[in-house]
Amino acid sequence: MLKIKNLNVSTADNIQILKNLNLTINEGEVHAIMGPNGSGKSTLASVISGDPKYIIKTGEITFFGENLMELEPEERAVLGLFLSFQYPVEIPGISLNNFIKTALNQKQKALKLKTLSPKFILERIKENAKILKINLDFIKRSVNVGFSGGEKKRAEIFQMLMLEPRLSILDETDSGLDIDALKIVAKGVGRLRNGKSSFVIITHYQRLLDYIKPDFVHVLSDGKIIKSGGPEIAKMLEEKGYEWI
Amino acid sequence: MGSEKNKTLKEITKNKYQYGFVSKIETEKFKPGLNKKIISLISSKRDEPSWMLEYRLKAFDALQKMTPPNWANLKIKPIDLQKIIYYAAPKKPKYNSLDEVDPELLKTFNKLGISIDEQKKITGVAIDIVVDSVSVATTFQKTLKKLGIIFCSMSDAIKHHSELVKKHLGSVVPYTDNYFAALNAAVFTDGSFCYIPKGVRCPMELSTYFRINEAGTGQFERTLLVAEKDSCVSYLEGCTAPMRDENQLHAAVVELVALEGAEIKYSTVQNWYPGDEKGNGGVYNFVTKRGICFNHAKISWTQIETGSAITWKYPSCILKGNNSIGEFFSVAVTNNFQQADTGTKMIHLGKNTKSTIISKGVCAGKSNGSYRGLVKIAKSAENARNFSQCDSLLMGQNCGAHTFPYIESNNNSAIVEHEATTSKISDDQLFYCKQRGIPEEEAIGLIVNGYCKDVLKKLPMEFAVEAQKLLEISLEGSVG
Repeated sequence: MLKIKNLNVSTADNIQILKNLNLTINEGEVHAIMGPNGSGKSTLASVISGDPKYIIKTGEITFFGENLMELEPEERAVLGLFLSFQYPVEIPGISLNNFIKTALNQKQKALKLKTLSPKFILERIKENAKILKINLDFIKRSVNVGFSGGEKKRAEIFQMLMLEPRLSILDETDSGLDIDALKIVAKGVGRLRNGKSSFVIITHYQRLLDYIKPDFVHVLSDGKIIKSGGPEIAKMLEEKGYEWI
Repeated sequence: MGSEKNKTLKEITKNKYQYGFVSKIETEKFKPGLNKKIISLISSKRDEPSWMLEYRLKAFDALQKMTPPNWANLKIKPIDLQKIIYYAAPKKPKYNSLDEVDPELLKTFNKLGISIDEQKKITGVAIDIVVDSVSVATTFQKTLKKLGIIFCSMSDAIKHHSELVKKHLGSVVPYTDNYFAALNAAVFTDGSFCYIPKGVRCPMELSTYFRINEAGTGQFERTLLVAEKDSCVSYLEGCTAPMRDENQLHAAVVELVALEGAEIKYSTVQNWYPGDEKGNGGVYNFVTKRGICFNHAKISWTQIETGSAITWKYPSCILKGNNSIGEFFSVAVTNNFQQADTGTKMIHLGKNTKSTIISKGVCAGKSNGSYRGLVKIAKSAENARNFSQCDSLLMGQNCGAHTFPYIESNNNSAIVEHEATTSKISDDQLFYCKQRGIPEEEAIGLIVNGYCKDVLKKLPMEFAVEAQKLLEISLEGSVG
């Protein structure tokens, strides 16, 4: 579903971050991307989802055959792309509830489908909140305002479950989470793992991968994928560090 | 990405003002010009008692000794009072039943989204509608009458409730107050009058809808609201005007009297024509709004200001009585070349008086928005409290937000707090929303609505949704 070919990406002040990167993700696959700080993991996530901060110099990104580079971030989202942000952004005065309703119905609108009824949305909210052990009062709070680190990540996964994306990119969703929260995140991912939805899991740690078994693990270093393989790579990294490669 | 944003900005600022149509209603109007003869004509046209004409002429004398205020942070082309038409009215101004109403007029209201007929049946909002110079329809009068509530046009009030009007008119905003108040007192043509008797809680929202239709006319309406002891009322006003290249003058006066223990909530959604994207045309909105609170009384002003080329407006409270409360909640949005200088005055005279000011400015395009507020604690105001919060949200590189808070405290027991912030919609916020499938336009609307939430939630339900939509329309594509 996602094909990245020879991708070269720079920042606005022309510092090259991704160098000739190649990656293919098929339906139903879970890919973990690991790598040292500054290797370009988050940049990759941002570029796929269309963050205007980065400039694509050369290369291709297609999603279900569509050239992503020609699409606005919201159009990519409508195609089923979701990013769980490393640093979720605060939107004061807008409840998580209202935010997710708006997102769902904007998607319906873009797909020329009927507006979802408040009742239908509420049912889904309740269902997903239960899976993630989220209190309904939490949904009434302003998006990410005053949320703890763990709450922010949980809110991201909640949005993921609501939007049912075809490809979810989890950018260090596990950072700063305790073991219980980690399990909840894994449960959320498990919920969508039905053979059709795919995941890119960006992480520093093996421990999340204990709960979400990846099909592939890639090691990103200095803007390039320097090693790809199965879950055993993550284990080796945990034991021996990046020096090992 | 930057250039794309600019493109959206350009496209959307071309967005047509949706109330900009002109209705083909037969109108009777005076020649332009301002003099004693015109004032006498206005008065006789309206069958006014002699005291009213005398009042008008005194105001005119006062006006001639005054000059327009120039202290506001506004650039205004000089206004020639002699070029304005002071009286224009639909030919058959007053109707006994809806069947008699000019179909063109009904069409107008339907276009504005207010079907008088439906309003009457469904929403439970009593409305008075003022087109150009006169009130054309007031609904629900009978229901209100049973409770002793008077809600009618100012002309009717002057005729039928002369004593009440005479007692209160000018008691809060005297014609000597300022240039535009004097002008209004001399030439005001209509507006709404509302009287809530002792102990009565008005069971429905009272609402006035103002519309300028004729070219070259000014609108000078006068609103007087008197809430007797321990009564309670919520009042809302809305306004629109056709799109015209010229600047039309609107100089209104609103006076509120909240007697002992009374509570008045006054909400405004101001959407006069703001001018085009080049800064041509638009309404000059110079409004004096003031209320007086006696013991234990409360006045709450809520305003959503999105229209007008120029807004000069400071809804204020005189907290005369002990334990009285004044509130001001404002959202002022400026886009393109709009200019707004708005805020409030809280004058604390009584003991234990409290006031709260929450002002949210949103500036986009090449516009300028200023908050100007005075909190005055008199020597007599023991234990007075004020809290002010003035926030500004800037969109794009070419707009300006200014804050001019004045605090004057003459009593050591007073506590006055002032908080202010200036912020921008961040690219990160926009990207976050877009990543969730919310396009830029809607994302901006969402973020601005969130920013204004503290004020929007103060609006009566009937207006809250309308106001939210209005904010979105006013700001579409304004991130450059």
